[in-house]
This record gives sequence, C-alpha cells and structure tokens, in this order.
Amino acid sequence: EIHIKEPIEKEVNPHLLPGELLLCEASTVYKYMQEDGSNRGTYGKLVCTNFKISFLDDDSASDDNEPQFKNKIVGENDITLQCVDQIYGVYDEKKKLLTGQLRKYPEKLIIYCKDLRVFNFCLRYTKEEEVKRIVSGIVHHSQTPKLLKRLFLFSYASAAPNNTDGRNQTVMFETLEDWRDELERTKGNVRYKAVTTNEGYRVSEKLPLYFVVPICISEESILKYEGRGIPIWCWSCHNGAALLKMSTFPKEQDDSTSQMQKAFLDGIYKTISKPPYELLKLDDLSSSLPSLQDIQTAYTRFKQLFLIDNSTDFWATDVKWFSLLESTNWLEIIRRVLKKAIEVAECLEIQHTNVLLIEESATDLCCVISSLVQVMMDSYSRTKSGFQSLIQKEWVIGGHGFLDRCNHLHKSEKEEAPVFLLLLNCVWQLVQQYPPAFEFTETYLTVLSDSLYVPIFSTFFFNSQHQRDTNRSGESLKTQTGPFRFLTVWDWAVQFDPKAQAFLNNPLYAEKPKPDKSQRKTARFKHQRQLSLPLTQAKPSTKRGFFREETDHLIKNILGKRIGKFINSADEPPNSLREFYDSWHSKPVDYHGLLLPRIDGPEIKVWAQRYLRWIPEAQLHGGGTIATAAKILDLMEEVQSLQVKMDEEHSQAVSGDVHSVPLLRNSARLSSLFPFALLQRQSVKPALPTSTWKDLEDEDDLVKRDDEFVDLSGDML
Amino acid sequence: LFFAFVNEEKFPENGWMVYNPMSEYRRQGLPNERWRVTFINEHYGLCDTYPSLLVVPYNATDDDLKRVAAFRSRNRIPVLSWIHPETQAVIMRCSQPLVGMSGKRNKDDERYLDVIREANGQISKLTIYDARPSVNAVANKATGGGYEGEDAYPNAELFFLDIHNIHVMRESLKKLKDIVYPNVEESHWLSSLESTHWLEHIKLVLTGAIQVADKVSSGRSSVLVHCSDGWDRTAQLTSLAMLMLDSYYRTIQGFEVLVQKEWISFGHKFASRIGHGDKNHADADRSPIFLQFIDCVWQMSKQFPTAFEFNEQFLITILDHLYSCRFGTFLYNSEFLREKEKVAEKTLSLWSLINSEKSKYTNPFYSKELNRALYPVASMRHLELWVNYYIRWNPRIRQQQPNPVEQRYMELLALRDDYIRRLEELQITNNSKISNSSASSTSPSQMVSQVQTHF
Repeated sequence: EIHIKEPIEKEVNPHLLPGELLLCEASTVYKYMQEDGSNRGTYGKLVCTNFKISFLDDDSASDDNEPQFKNKIVGENDITLQCVDQIYGVYDEKKKLLTGQLRKYPEKLIIYCKDLRVFNFCLRYTKEEEVKRIVSGIVHHSQTPKLLKRLFLFSYASAAPNNTDGRNQTVMFETLEDWRDELERTKGNVRYKAVTTNEGYRVSEKLPLYFVVPICISEESILKYEGRGIPIWCWSCHNGAALLKMSTFPKEQDDSTSQMQKAFLDGIYKTISKPPYELLKLDDLSSSLPSLQDIQTAYTRFKQLFLIDNSTDFWATDVKWFSLLESTNWLEIIRRVLKKAIEVAECLEIQHTNVLLIEESATDLCCVISSLVQVMMDSYSRTKSGFQSLIQKEWVIGGHGFLDRCNHLHKSEKEEAPVFLLLLNCVWQLVQQYPPAFEFTETYLTVLSDSLYVPIFSTFFFNSQHQRDTNRSGESLKTQTGPFRFLTVWDWAVQFDPKAQAFLNNPLYAEKPKPDKSQRKTARFKHQRQLSLPLTQAKPSTKRGFFREETDHLIKNILGKRIGKFINSADEPPNSLREFYDSWHSKPVDYHGLLLPRIDGPEIKVWAQRYLRWIPEAQLHGGGTIATAAKILDLMEEVQSLQVKMDEEHSQAVSGDVHSVPLLRNSARLSSLFPFALLQRQSVKPALPTSTWKDLEDEDDLVKRDDEFVDLSGDML
Repeated sequence: LFFAFVNEEKFPENGWMVYNPMSEYRRQGLPNERWRVTFINEHYGLCDTYPSLLVVPYNATDDDLKRVAAFRSRNRIPVLSWIHPETQAVIMRCSQPLVGMSGKRNKDDERYLDVIREANGQISKLTIYDARPSVNAVANKATGGGYEGEDAYPNAELFFLDIHNIHVMRESLKKLKDIVYPNVEESHWLSSLESTHWLEHIKLVLTGAIQVADKVSSGRSSVLVHCSDGWDRTAQLTSLAMLMLDSYYRTIQGFEVLVQKEWISFGHKFASRIGHGDKNHADADRSPIFLQFIDCVWQMSKQFPTAFEFNEQFLITILDHLYSCRFGTFLYNSEFLREKEKVAEKTLSLWSLINSEKSKYTNPFYSKELNRALYPVASMRHLELWVNYYIRWNPRIRQQQPNPVEQRYMELLALRDDYIRRLEELQITNNSKISNSSASSTSPSQMVSQVQTHF
C-alpha cells in the first residue's frame, strides 16, 4: 500500500485569470509522472474552472527551477478546456472513453491533450464525492456541447482590463485601407479593387467586410449569389499574375437553377479571361486534393502515434514505426499539398497565368494552398509580421471556420478537420528545409499551434468576421461595458515574456537588405502614377499577346467542361512542372526569392518538436537541433557584447572592468525537448529498447548462415 | 597492384604517424598494476589476425594466453580494448569459444575470464555480450563454435544482442540501393525503407553498443564482447561503445585512432568485405559492415550535432576512400599482411589527406566536453536514412552545400574575430590617443549596421 503523505497545511490555490471561475476541485489526487510504469508521482489538487483543468502540486512552493520558456497563461500542469482531446477512465485496469453522463466513477483518469500531452491522475485516495464532482465536472465542461457565449473568451474579455496597446505590425485586414495597402504592396491594384459591397454583410455573412475582386466585376454580380461564383483576389505575383479563389455553387437539384448558375459562371470566366487579365487556370481543390474527411482521418491516426501511455508503448510502436507512420497517410497528405502549391507557383511564375482555386466554401483547402503559395513566393510572408498578416488575410478574415474545424464547442464532429494544422505542418517542412529563409522558428509554429486552444484570443475562436463582429457587441450578456475588446494571438507578450519570446525569432534569418530610402520613395511615386492611368492604356506585353490567341481556345474549353481540373491538364506539356522543380533545385537558393519545398519521400519529415516534445524516451540529453541553436545564440550574444564594448571604446568611456563576459548558457546539457521539456531528467541511464525486432522470415536461409564458411571443428583436428 | 602503390601525391602530414598503439594505451593509463602489454604476438605467432601489441591482465602469463588461444576461434583471445578511467571496468574483445557439439570446456579459458573479472576488483559477474542472435550462437556449435555456457562460466552472465550476420546486412544494403536507385521511391517511401531493414539493423547495433557502454560506465562491470570471429560485429560494438564513453574518439585524430585500432589493427577483413582488387571474389564474403559502423557514427553525430569535432564530409570521405584504393589505409585483411606488403612504406595513408586539410572536415559547432558518456537514442523516431550519402548523386535530393546553418555560424565566427581584432586595435589607439584626442578611423554606427544585416 502506498503511504499517503499527511496533507500539507498550506492552502494551494489555483492561479485564476480575470473572469475565471473555480467550478470544482478534488484533493489528494495523485499525478503520475508520465515517464515510466513505476508509480512515481506527486499528490495535489485537481481543479476545473471555466477556462482550464489544473493540477496543483502540493509541493509546488519548493519548485524553484523556473523554466526558461514559460507560458504565462497556460502552465505546465494546466489544460485549457479546448485543449482536451479525449478523456479516459480506468476501471479495473480497463480503459474506457468518458463522454457524457457517468454511472460509475473511475479509479484513474487519463487526459489526452490536443497539444499531445498525456496526463495520468489516480483518484483512489480522493474522497468519493470529490471524485464524482471533479470527473463529471471535467467531462461536462470539456466534452459536451457548449454555447458560443459560454466560451471563456467572453468572460475574459469582459473582466480583463484591456490595456494592450494594440500596436502590432500585423496587418489585420479589418479595414478597407488594409486591403488597399496589400494591393499596392503586391502591385495588384491595376486590375483588382477592394470593394465595400459587403458592408453590413449585405452580400454574405461568410465573406469578410472588405475583400478584393477583379476591377471588371460588378457589384450586381457580387450580390447575385451571395458572393458565390465570384473570383476573390488573394495575392498578385511580381509579374502581375494573380492568385484567386472562388466558392462554388452547391449541387443543385433543380435543372433551371443550375443552368442559370452555369451561365453566370461562364459570364464571369469570360470577363476575367480576356485582357488585361492573364490566361486563367482553374483548380478545383475538392477533386485535386484529399477531402477534409481524409485529412481528419489521417490526422486522428497520426496523432495517436504520439499519445503514448508508457515506455513499453513507445518501444512496442518503435518496431514498426515507419509503416505505422505511412499507414496514417498524414505525411502523404502534406506531400500532396506541397506538390499542389508547387504546381500553382509554376503557373504563376513560369506560365504567367492567373490561377483560380475553387472549393465549395473557399475557406479550407483554398486557405492552405493560397497561404503556402504566398509563403513560397513572397518573402514578406516569411517574416513574422508578414506571416501573421497572411494568416489574418487568408484565414481569420478570410473566413476559415476555426470554431467548427477545431470543434471548440463540441457541436459536431463531422465538421472537425485540422486544416490550419495542415498548413503549419507544411510550413514547418519549408522552415526545416530552408532555415535562413524564415524570420520565425519552429518553436514559433509550435506555440502558434498550441494557441489554437487558448480561448483568451479571438483569433481562432470564430468562424467568420461576421460572427465575431455580431458577438462582440455584448448585448446578450447585458454588460454595460460596450463591445468586448478581444485580444489577438499576435500579441505574443500576453503569453510570453520577452526572454521567452526570443525563442520565437530565428537567429539564422538572413534579413533582406533594405533598399535605400530615397530609392523607395521614387518607386512609390511611380507606382501611384500608374494607378491613375486608365485601364485601357495598359500596354499588353508581347508575351500576353501570345497568350491571347490561346485564350479563346481555353475559354471554349472551360465553357465546355464547366469546372474541372485544369492545372496540369493534357493541353500542357507534362514535364513542365518537373522541369520547373528540377531547374529551381539545380540553382543556389535565394532566401528572399522563390522557395520550393523538396517533396521526395525522404524529405518529408515528422515535425519532431511538436509531436515528440512530451515523450521522455525520445529526448536526447545535450542533443537535437537545440544544441546548435544554443551555440548560435551564445555566439550572437558574444558578438553583441563586443559591439557594446567597441562603442564604449569609441566614446572613450571607462572601459575594462565594467564589462562582463557574455553569459554562456550551459548548452551542452539542454534536452532536445527544450524549450518544452516538462521534466529535465538528469538521469545518465540511456534509453534502451525493450522490444526488438527479429522478423526476417523472408531471408531465413541468410539468417541461418554463418559469417564465414569454415568448419572450426575441422580446424581443431 | 593497387593504385595506392603508385600514387605519388604529397601531403604535409603523414597519416601513418597518427596511430601508435603504445601511446594510445598510455593515453588510457596503461599498462598499470593490473594490466600489462604483451609482445607475445610480435611476429603474429599467437594470432595472425591480431596486432603485434596486446594488453592483457597482469595476472595472466604468456603461457596462459597460448592455452586460451587454443580454445578461441582463430586464436583471437580476449584482449583489452578500452579501460574506464574511473571504474577501471574494461571492454574486452575476442572470438567465440570452441565449445562445439560436445560442449567442450577449457579450464584456462575459464580461469582467464575470471582473472579479467577480478582485474577491477569487481565482485559481480563478468558480462559477456554475444553479438549474435542466440539461435545462431547455438547453431555455431555444429561447426565447432558456440558460446560461454553457464556451467563452465558460473561467474559470467551472457546476453545475446541479436545482431544479424554479414549476409543479412549485405542483402539489406542491396534492398536499400533498390529503393533509391535509379529513382527514389515515390509513393510508399516509408514502408519501402522499412522493408529494407537497414535502419532496424542500425538500431540493433546501436542498442548493443549502448548496452556495452552503459554496463562499463554505470554498471561498473567489465564486459567481454564477441561474435563468431570477432572482427565484424565485435568491432562495431567495441568501437561504438568507446565512441560513446570516451570523448577523445569524437575528435578528428581520436576517431582516426579508433578506426586504426579497433578495425584495421584488429583484423576487420577490409579486403574480403570490400573486395579490393578481386573481381571474381565470391560475393558471400563482401559485406557493408564498416559502412554500417560509419552510418551509426553519422546517426550519433546527427543526434548530437555539437559533440563531434568532425563533420559529415569527414565520414563521407572515409567511405569514399574505403573503396577508392588511393590510400593504403584500408588495404588487406590484417596487420600481418599489411606489414608483409610494406603498406606503410609504399602507400599513403588516408589520414594524410584529411589531416593536411583539417578545416574542411571540422564541425564548427563542436564543443569540447570531457568524460561525458554520450548515449544516442536507438529509436526509429530519431534514426534517419543518411540521404547525403546514399542518395547524394540525385540532384533533386541533394542538400544545400554548404549547409546554410553552418555557413551562417561561420560568418558569425568571422565577425566575432573581426571585432576582437578591431577592439584590440582600438584599445591601442585609444591608449595612445589619451594625449591627443582626434577623429577615429571607423565610426561605431557603421559597425552596428554591419552586424544587423548579419542577424
């Protein structure tokens, strides 16, 4: 029998955020350390609030080794309600999924989190009524359907003093100005315009308040089908070719309606396929990429590989690791998405054609592909603020249904799909293939993915700009404080202090050399002049003339087939994509230019930091990429301090003793799980596989042979 | 015969001087009161596949050794490879005992193993790691070999490490070549890779070496490692365990010593395994055992990017010249034959090439750390295919050279050195300027902008 420690007299209270309410609690809960099958762990209090589930270690006061990388909102023993993936109860050594009403209460509680943490709690020493309260409380608040207004987001927004200065480099795309600036930045303003048609959400509640369409599109046609069938601008390439997206019509039973819709689409295609517009290519993503259902299934299987109960589990799955990985199909989906993005980039860059991405809602795979294409083609999207602006543009304002896709309200599992995570996984592939090209680190991407489940930011907790705006007013809550002021996730200071934020910035980033200020001004001036020119005077280049002849033919094609796969279709030389890919890879990389991911089998990897970070068996003491990163940071500190010293010398200040040697971190002993490692085990024991593989049936004859064919017994005669 | 014998290249460094067995044993603190150097094999009379100089227990006489040799396959008796500086536990290597079907015993061998056990004053059992799968070890009895049975060696504990034989490894590499050449498998890359078993073999070799190293280090117990003949799997295990335990072997020179000692001098049959100069050689003797060892080293260096003084290019260069015959380093099967052919006089050493251009092979991230055991994680989650070696000919897979991370680090290093130099200059001028204050040569703001572009 395990000896129960005398409860310590001091009261441990949860750290509550403004608006956070304690809902239920249980004491003498035993939290197992994740690492082994032994029953090592700590006693503490398990609490559930309207924001999180939290384990409060009885001995927490003695915990003096503050981690270097600490989240100020979500501690290492905190699980936000939205971060809970699945809860299992253990009854007589049997695991059972807990979802709704409970008849019996379990001895153990296992909580699997969406950020891949696994918590094991033992309730055997807890009072029965406390067990009942805490288990049903946790299950109820984290697993059952919820009203939007019951999200912690609202309690926090009404209680927290919003004193963020809101000054952020991120472009939020909430104003017409933002869109116009983006058009100007990409020089898309010659042929595209930002429209105000959706003010008051007259067109559609799914579309943002402001968006950009080809200049020739009339307000009337935008309004006709609530914005469906309208090409919406995403981005313009340096050569003028544009990336567009369009939501299509749902399958219509009624023949005449569908005839009308078809005629409408034909008209639209005709308009935007003639000069001054480039040749248009269509890509119906719903047929050329895996479905949302496929993506959801793949990810569900994939994440399961990292939700490991114990060491035995780890080594048991290690034996067939590669085939297990493959069977999830997740990496293959990443590969296909990256390949599609390369195809689109080739059309824009080499073929100089406009690309129109088509999807029923234009808010899922369209977001993934258009974001990836921009990350690959526009080096601004590889800066931190540029990437954040991109996420605002394509996802948050673009109308990706975060609330439904993340199933934050537990309304319907059918709607759930990790579309945004898919993007982050794809971007990570690029980040690890081209480290100097990104201003941010993989840690940035990891904490961004974690932020999907932190409901104090509005960023990932609405389906559309309309939904956020209508719920912001606060009328239904009868608060007199006026509209809620939500926080944005891009305000990283809310979660991390400056020291921790340093881990989000890539020390290897090769910053773009800034052009001279005077040069910039003239460029801007020129640009404005261009704007004022009437459209008809835009001189078609000889190249476009060449395309124009083809245009008619293509339009016929489009009209004939309505919507189909046109990218990489038969009328294109089949090897052009391969050529583009190969020729790009044969040249040295320009980190500020076009960036193409390598997509051959061995190049697509598992995002180890995100998926392995909580698994002790996988940690390398003093190893991993963090080992080199720490060396680079150390050296940078040294260079900076030398710089300071030099300035002192120049100013002839009293030099010498005042200056200290740069503080070198003990990089050699960092764990590869850093900065996420929960337990900095100082164990010197190496991790040893507990199950090994011996299955070589197909080579039985070889296995049985000896190295050398010499009979030793003969030797002895 | 071999190009190596007519190669007239000149190098400032002489690689044949890198390895001197006596100084390597001295570096380990040997001989000492428990271990002695013996010249019994000076003319390769005891064992023609062993080096001339051996380290054995002080309490074993040369006559004992001769009697033990009779009971060990090809006379490869247990000798010392490495001694732990603190625990004094040792790594010994040898070949299998000649137990045979009838279960023969040899009192001298039994006593010799006990002498080894007692040499570091340990009371617990001597640990024997038989690299083979147990079924193979048993099967070996049929041809006169076998393993140390419990009855005969009550003071020893035997573990099988389940590493497969040279034929299995050869087949595995063949399969690996099939999935990367002429085209890299597209759609089912991971399962194709798994079906080659290459990384699983790497995992087993590393797991075995970790066990050896851990036993010596935290288990404070001496270990005896053997397979059948003790020149393939045994060499892999002892050298990898030594690499994990002794940071000296993680330097460029130390690694050269390690290869020279555990592989070349202890008779890994390079000529047979590679098939140097033997077109009609039976395929059966060839096997990528040394390549597999280098792959394991690469896996370790990948997991611990700051722990090794050498870089990936160093490992690739070694492998390139394993096959090139440009140097004498990997020619012939044993020291005995190499001496006979006067390899050291007539050919150049690979280490001459490398040591003459050390900077090319140096890992800029290396941080020297002494006496630290370095255990890789032998999990498939961390093991990866060495793309830059196995698929390097493929332009679509080729990694960016030079490595961008390394390059930027080098830039920073250059910048730091530049600052230090300028700072020294400044301090000198400032000191002289105390009397006459006037304009300075470079403005600090200029310097600042320079740094910013680098960040």
